[in-house]
Amino acid sequence: MKNIDSNTHVSGTSVYLDDLPLLSGTLFGAAFGSPIAHGVIRELILEDALQVPGVVRIFTAADIPGQNEIGGVIKDEPLLADHHVHFCGMPVAFVTAHTREAARAAVKKIRVKIDPLPIITDPREAQAKGELIIPPRTFTQGDIDNAWRQCTHVFEGSVDINGQEHLYIETQGAYAIPQENNSLRIYSSTQGPAAVQRAVTSVLGQPMHRFEVVVTRLGGGFGGKEDQANTWAALCALAAWLLKKPVKYALHRMEDMAMTGKRHPYAADFKIGLNDDHKIIAYEVSFFQNAGASADLSTAVLARTLFHCTNSYFIPHVKATGWSCRTNLPPNTAFRGFGGPQGMFVIEAAIAKAAQALQVDAAIIQKKNLIQTGQEFPYGQVAKSEALACWERTAALYNPDDLRRAVNSFNTAHKLHKKGLACMPICFGISFTNTMMNNARSLVHVYSDGSVGISTGAVEMGQGVNTKILQVAAHTFAIAPERIKLNHTSTYTIANTSPSAASATADLNGKATLMACTAILERLKHVAADGLQAAPEDISIVNEQVLVKGSPSSWDWQQLVTAAFRQRVNLSEHAHYTTPEIYFDDVKEKGHPFAYHVYGTAILEVTVDCLRGTYTVDTVKVVHDFGHSMNTDIDRGQIEGGIVQGIGWMTMEEVIYDRDGRLRSNALSTYKVPDIYSVPKTIAIDALQTIHDNLAIFRSKAVGEPPLMYGIGVWFALSNAIRAFHPNADIPFSTPMTPEKVLMALYSKTIQETNQQHEETVSHLGIDL
Amino acid sequence: MLPVLKFILNNEDVGTSLPPGMPLLDFIRYHQHLTGTKTGCNEGDCGACTILAGELQHGSLVYRSFTSCLMPLGNAHGKHIVTIEGVNMLPALNLIQQAMVDNAATQCGFCTPGFVMSLAGFCLSKQAPTPENAITAIDGNICRCTGYKSIERAAAAVAAQLAHRNNEEPAQFAAEQQILPGYFSGIKERLKRLLLSLNGELTPPSGTVPRFVAGGTDLYVQQPEEMQEQPLRFLFGQEMLKGITREDNRCVIGAACTVNDLLASPIMRAYFPALDGYVSLISSTPIRNMATIAGNFINASPIGDLTIFFLALDATIELSDGHTTRTLPLRELYKGYKKLDKRPEEYMTRCWFDLPDASTGFHFEKVSKRTNLDIASVNTAICITMKENLIGTVRISAGGVGPVPALLTDTAAFLTGKAPSGAVIKVACAIAQSEITPISDARGTAVYKRLLLEQLIKAHFITLFPSLQVELLL
Repeated sequence: MKNIDSNTHVSGTSVYLDDLPLLSGTLFGAAFGSPIAHGVIRELILEDALQVPGVVRIFTAADIPGQNEIGGVIKDEPLLADHHVHFCGMPVAFVTAHTREAARAAVKKIRVKIDPLPIITDPREAQAKGELIIPPRTFTQGDIDNAWRQCTHVFEGSVDINGQEHLYIETQGAYAIPQENNSLRIYSSTQGPAAVQRAVTSVLGQPMHRFEVVVTRLGGGFGGKEDQANTWAALCALAAWLLKKPVKYALHRMEDMAMTGKRHPYAADFKIGLNDDHKIIAYEVSFFQNAGASADLSTAVLARTLFHCTNSYFIPHVKATGWSCRTNLPPNTAFRGFGGPQGMFVIEAAIAKAAQALQVDAAIIQKKNLIQTGQEFPYGQVAKSEALACWERTAALYNPDDLRRAVNSFNTAHKLHKKGLACMPICFGISFTNTMMNNARSLVHVYSDGSVGISTGAVEMGQGVNTKILQVAAHTFAIAPERIKLNHTSTYTIANTSPSAASATADLNGKATLMACTAILERLKHVAADGLQAAPEDISIVNEQVLVKGSPSSWDWQQLVTAAFRQRVNLSEHAHYTTPEIYFDDVKEKGHPFAYHVYGTAILEVTVDCLRGTYTVDTVKVVHDFGHSMNTDIDRGQIEGGIVQGIGWMTMEEVIYDRDGRLRSNALSTYKVPDIYSVPKTIAIDALQTIHDNLAIFRSKAVGEPPLMYGIGVWFALSNAIRAFHPNADIPFSTPMTPEKVLMALYSKTIQETNQQHEETVSHLGIDL
Repeated sequence: MLPVLKFILNNEDVGTSLPPGMPLLDFIRYHQHLTGTKTGCNEGDCGACTILAGELQHGSLVYRSFTSCLMPLGNAHGKHIVTIEGVNMLPALNLIQQAMVDNAATQCGFCTPGFVMSLAGFCLSKQAPTPENAITAIDGNICRCTGYKSIERAAAAVAAQLAHRNNEEPAQFAAEQQILPGYFSGIKERLKRLLLSLNGELTPPSGTVPRFVAGGTDLYVQQPEEMQEQPLRFLFGQEMLKGITREDNRCVIGAACTVNDLLASPIMRAYFPALDGYVSLISSTPIRNMATIAGNFINASPIGDLTIFFLALDATIELSDGHTTRTLPLRELYKGYKKLDKRPEEYMTRCWFDLPDASTGFHFEKVSKRTNLDIASVNTAICITMKENLIGTVRISAGGVGPVPALLTDTAAFLTGKAPSGAVIKVACAIAQSEITPISDARGTAVYKRLLLEQLIKAHFITLFPSLQVELLL
C-alpha cells in the first residue's frame, strides 16, 4: 500500500504550516539571535527596529509572564536570553509586524551590546573545564581492568565525529491563534505536540488545557523537530497571548540553520584488545559529546551512544563512559539514530584500527564477534540476535569474496582510480530508552455511515506512520482502506503524547489503534451475534462481509454499524498502550530497555579518483531484519532514505563553526546534502524474514532509524580505497570523509608508528577564517 | 500609475503592479495563494520552488524550469508561468504524478511538487525522452527523505511514456496525451496575443539609475531585500543580448545567453566535445536555465565557473552604457575582490573568443564538496596550443585560489616552448603555487586548495596528453 498522502503530495495540495490560510489581522514574527556566542548583555537597543513601518511590538525576556524556561529534560534553557547569551543565534528578542518583510527588516536593525566571555566549541575543552550537562555515565560489563592481560593485541586511538544538519526541507515554524476563554490554538511543525504544549505552558504560566497544539504533517523532521520546535511555538504563543492577535513565524532557511542544534559532534578515545583468534576481549571507550549550550535531549542521546557502543558485537569486558559537555554552540539535539551512530562509528573505527595493524580484513574481526542469542549487551539485556543470520545471508546473496577479488583486480589494473569495500553490521534497540515514554493512545470513531476516523499521538513526517495505522484499522475491521481517515494530531484529542521519535511511533500508536479497533470489533460482534442468532465467537468479518462460522451472512459492515448505532452501542474507543517487558535501572545501568533489536548487514563499495580526491559510492547491498514487513513500499523507502542520509553524514555533510562559534556552513550553498547524482548507483535490499514473535506492530519491525547506520560503512570503504593507493596513508578517524580529507590522505606522509595520536589536518570545528 | 506586469499564470491571465523585483515565489505563494510551490532554501539550491516558464522563441513554445525564489517577477512578464496547480488534473493524477505515486517516490511530500514540475519541464522539452535526460531535469531538486532511488524509478517511468512522441511539439503532445491539462494546447496562441498587448512595462522609471538584473541567480542569493526596493533594468531574454554565432574564426556570445544556451549551441558543441561533462558540473538544470554568462562574469565571484572557462579562452567582453561601447579582455575586468573595471551604468552586451584550432587543446576541471550542484573548492581551465611537440601558447585559469578568478601567467610563461613531460609539469605546479593566495573557508582549507590546484593542473595534462606516464605525476 502506498503512503496515504501520496496523491495530495504529488498534486501540491498537502497542507504544511506555511500553507495554512491566514486569519485576517495575523502578525508575522521574526527572532533576533545573538551575534556573539558567549557573553553578558549590557544593552539591547530596539529603537531603530521599532521605527520600521509595520512593526507592532518587540518582545524580550522581560515580557514573559510565566517562566523564561523551555528545557524539556533539564530546566536550563531560556526562551529569550535575559542577562547572558550562550550561543550565536540564541534568541534575544522577538519582533512582530504586519508583514514578514517588516519583521525581518526590523530584526536587522536591532543592536545589542555584549561583554564577551570565553567561548568553548570543543567538547574536550569543556570536559577539562568541568562544563558538564550532567555527571558522566559509565556502562560496564565483565572486568575491564583484568581483561587487558588476556589480550594479545591492544590498540588505542582517537575519533572525531562531526555533527549533521537535519535539513528538513520545510523549515521550523509555528502559528498561534487566540481562542475564547484565554486559550490558544497553536499550529506547529513539531514531532512533539506535547513538548510544545509544555513549553508554552511554562512560558505563559497557564495550565496545559488552554493550549491546543495541532500538527497535520511535517515536511521532514529527522529528530530536528522533536524538541526544537518548542522555541518558535513558544515565541508565537507569547506574542499572540499578549497581543490577542494571531502570530505566525515560518523561519527563513538561514535563521533555521543558524539558530537550531544539530546531530551531536563527538570526540572519543578507544582502547580495544583482541586475542590471537581475533576475538575482541576488552573494549574501553570515552565519549565526549558536544552538547551545545543547554541540555535539550543531550543526556538521552548520550545514553543511546552508550547503549550502542558495542554495535552488533559481543564483547565480554566493556567500560564505556560518556561525558555530556556544555559548549557555546546551539543546543544539539535528536537526529535519526539519536547518539547510536556515534557509538557505532567508534567501535567500527577500533576494529578497523586493529584490522589494519594485524593485516587482516576487518570483516574477519566483525564476523567473529557478532553477538549471539543468549549473550548479554553491556546494559544487561539478553540478545535475541539476528546478527549472524543477516551476515550469512549477505554472504550467500552478494558473494563478498567475489567482490573482494573483483576490487583487487580493478585496483591492480587502474592507477588513478581505486575501489574499496566495507561491511557494516548494525544492531539498534527499539523503544525510548526512557521507559516512561513508551506509551501511546489512539482514539477510534466508527461513524454511523460506516466510515472510520482515527486520531493518535503520531505525527506524520513522511515516515508513513499514518499509512501503517490505517492498515492496522483496515486489517482489524476487515474493511476497505477508503473507509478510514487519519486525522491531524492534536493535544486536545490525544493528551500527554510522547514525540514521534525513536522509530517507535508506528509500534506504539499502531498497537493502541489495534487495541481500540479490537474493542469496538468485539462490541460489533456481539451486535452481529444477537442479530444473526449466533455466538459472538462464531462471528467474523472478511472483506466487509459478516460471516457466521465462516459462511457469509446477510449482513455487511454497513448494516452491522447501523444496527449497532440503533442499539446505542458505543462505536468509539480510546485505547492506551504501554510497551510490556521493558525496564531500566539507571543506578546499576542494567536492565531490559528495548522491546526488541533490529539487525542487518550491508556491503558497500566505493571508487576513489586518486588524482582529484573525489569519489562515488557504487553499491550498497543490504540484508535487513524486517521481522515481517507490513508495508514493503514504505519500509524500502525508509531504508533507502536512511542509507543515503547516513552516507551524507559520513561524506559531504560538513557542519563548520568558526572558533567564535559562528556557523559557517549556514545555507544550502555551503552545507551539502546528497543530491540525485551522489547517491549509490545501486541499493539492493533483501529481507531477512523471521518467524519469531516480537513486540512490533504486526511483527513488522521499526525501520526509521536503523538503516542510517549502514551509511557508516562508506567511511571505511573510502579508507580502504585510499589504502589501495597509499598503503601507509595517514587517515585520521575524522568524519565526514570529504573530498578534501580523501585528497589529503591520498597524499599524506606515511604513518610513523601505529599508536601515534593524529594531528588533525582539518578541524571540523574552527576552520580558521 | 504603476506599470502592470502581465503574464499567464497556469490557465489565467494575470496582471500585477507589484514591484517587478519581487521574487516570483512570494507572488505565487503569498499574493496568489498558490501554496503548492514550496519555500525551501531561498537560494536556488533545493528546487522546492521550481516552476516552469513558457515563452515563444522563433515561433516555438519553449518551456524551461526556473527556481522561483531567485526569479524576479519582471522575468515572468509576457510568459506562461506554470505552478504545480497548473499541471493538476484532479481528481485524476497526471502521468508524472502517477509515476511518482506508483514508485513510492514521495515521503514527507515537501519537495515533491518541485520534482513534479521539473519532470513536467522534461515532458515539455524537446530533449530525447531517455531516463538520463529525465534525471538531468531533476538534478536541481533535493529530497531529504527518499534517497532518490524511488524518484529515479519514477523518472524512468515518465521517460518511457514519452517514447512515442517523435517530432510533435511537446506541449501539444502533452495536452493530447493527457500527460498535462488540455489548456496547454491553447497557450501558444494566448502568448502571441499577450505579446502584442505588451508595451514597455519593464522600462525602469525615468530619472532613476536602475540596477541591472539578468537571471537573478546570484543577486537574489546575495541581496534579496535590496532587489525588491530598487528600480531594475531587466536584461534576461533580451533578444539583442542573445545568440551564439560564428564570425570568421570567432565565436560571439550574447551576454544574456544562459549556461544551457551554451550547452545547446552547435558551435560550442562542435568545438568543445566534452562540453556536456563540463556543464554537468555547473549548478543544476533550473539554474543553468536562468544563469547568464554576463551574470557569471559580472558577479565577480573568485570561483565563477564560466569565468574560469572563458578566461582560459582569453575572451574579450563588450560593455555598454547605453550610448557608447568599449571592449576589454576578460582577464582585465577584475581589479580586486568583487571589484570590476566597470561603471555602474555599464552592462555587458556580448563576448567573443577565438575558436580553438586542431592544434589546440582545451579542458575544464572543477572539484567541489559535492560533485554536482555545488560551488567549486577549486576550478581551473587550460587552453594549450602545440607547435610541433612543444607548447606554443598556454593559458591556465584558476578559481578559488585568490580574490579574483585569474590566469596563472608565470606558470604559462614557464611552460611555453617546453615539451609537456612529467618533470616539466611538476615544476609548473610548483610555480603555480607561487601565483596563488587561497584562504580557508567553508569550501576547504588553504592547504587543501593548494594541493587540489596542483592535482587539477596534472589532470589537465593527463587528459590532454594521454601518452603521459601518470606514475611520474603522482
